[in-house]
Amino acid sequence: MDTQWETYEVFHQAKRGEPHEHVGSVHAPDPAMALQLARDQFARRLKCASLWVVRTSDVTMTDYQDENFFAQSTDKSYRDPKAFGAPDR
Amino acid sequence: MLTEEQKLAAFEERIARGEKVEPGDWMPDEYRQNLIRMIGQHAHSEIVGQLPEGKWIPFAPGFRRKLTLIAKVQDEAGHGQLLYRAAETLGKSREEMMDELLSGKAKYSNVFNYPTPSWADVGVIGWLVDTAAVINQSMLAQGSYGPYARAMKRICYEESFHIKQGYDAIVALAHGTPEQRAMAQDAISRWWYPTLMMSGPPDSRSVHSEKALRWRIKTKSNEEVRQEFVDLIVPQIRALGFDVPDKHCSFDEKTGHYRYTQPDWDELRRVVNGDGPCNKERLEIRRRAHDEGRWVREALAAGGAARGVRA
Repeated sequence: MDTQWETYEVFHQAKRGEPHEHVGSVHAPDPAMALQLARDQFARRLKCASLWVVRTSDVTMTDYQDENFFAQSTDKSYRDPKAFGAPDR
Repeated sequence: MLTEEQKLAAFEERIARGEKVEPGDWMPDEYRQNLIRMIGQHAHSEIVGQLPEGKWIPFAPGFRRKLTLIAKVQDEAGHGQLLYRAAETLGKSREEMMDELLSGKAKYSNVFNYPTPSWADVGVIGWLVDTAAVINQSMLAQGSYGPYARAMKRICYEESFHIKQGYDAIVALAHGTPEQRAMAQDAISRWWYPTLMMSGPPDSRSVHSEKALRWRIKTKSNEEVRQEFVDLIVPQIRALGFDVPDKHCSFDEKTGHYRYTQPDWDELRRVVNGDGPCNKERLEIRRRAHDEGRWVREALAAGGAARGVRA
């Protein structure tokens, strides 16, 4: 059992001011090593300002099969600026 | 509760709408097993693919080409890891896949079982083999399984650099001495048919094709992928003044495509099943690298344990 290790999800920020985006994951024995491996895997070319790694098992996620989770019981179009008829000026 | 038939219908409707399938979604076991097999073989191909070129790193002509080749081989290691991870989302562990590669049970791309006796082979692998790979992988990037399609996008972007460095190396030889031109022609001639084989046998002879197309595991047939490669590469080869080693290779005005001679499909079967010119050598080197790297893995794991990280 020396090639498995836990996985860490990797978030990449291309430059300051941009959001961190999920780019993939790495296998690593600990968070510090996960950062090193994430740099080699996801930041060996283009600019990178910051990386986050999060143990995959620590991520709480919705279930794709539970589509009701995102179901909307009423019309929510009033949350969209395009839904309003008043002229701009 | 949905019946199995209803689940299958919903799954096929999702794919027909052009939506991606994600880990955790219900999927037919056959879809899962097909993808595990395909992504696993793809990952192994990247890992073994480091070896034919890697051996040229110490002998690369010039420091820049040496750095470039190191970067390319590192990319292949990275691609292997991305792909093992994509396959893991379907329920097979990386360790299990690595063990299958080391034991010789796993299959991988035919091309990496051919020898690389000259520097021109490095150029031709980047130019011909990686062009064929990118055509195949761009097709796979349109596939239905989210994690595989995402990995393919990233990989295609990086492979475009591989093609460019290979082409650049061959252009240098094309403008070189008669010996250098001959060396490049010899490599093109040796790699032509193995590269044509990469996209697989004609679909009538391929066991896996029909369902793979319906479920968008693949989005083009093997023949379409191969024709796209031939149409793209033949003019490039001839533009540099080299010959395509197929006297029947010619442009067909009627179809708008190049005609070409089919490779020897029995050779493909032999090479993929372990009986190619270099299969044994490749696996031996891979096993040795795995054994010799054990202390590194142990040291990393011990470092984590010492910092109180759960294993």
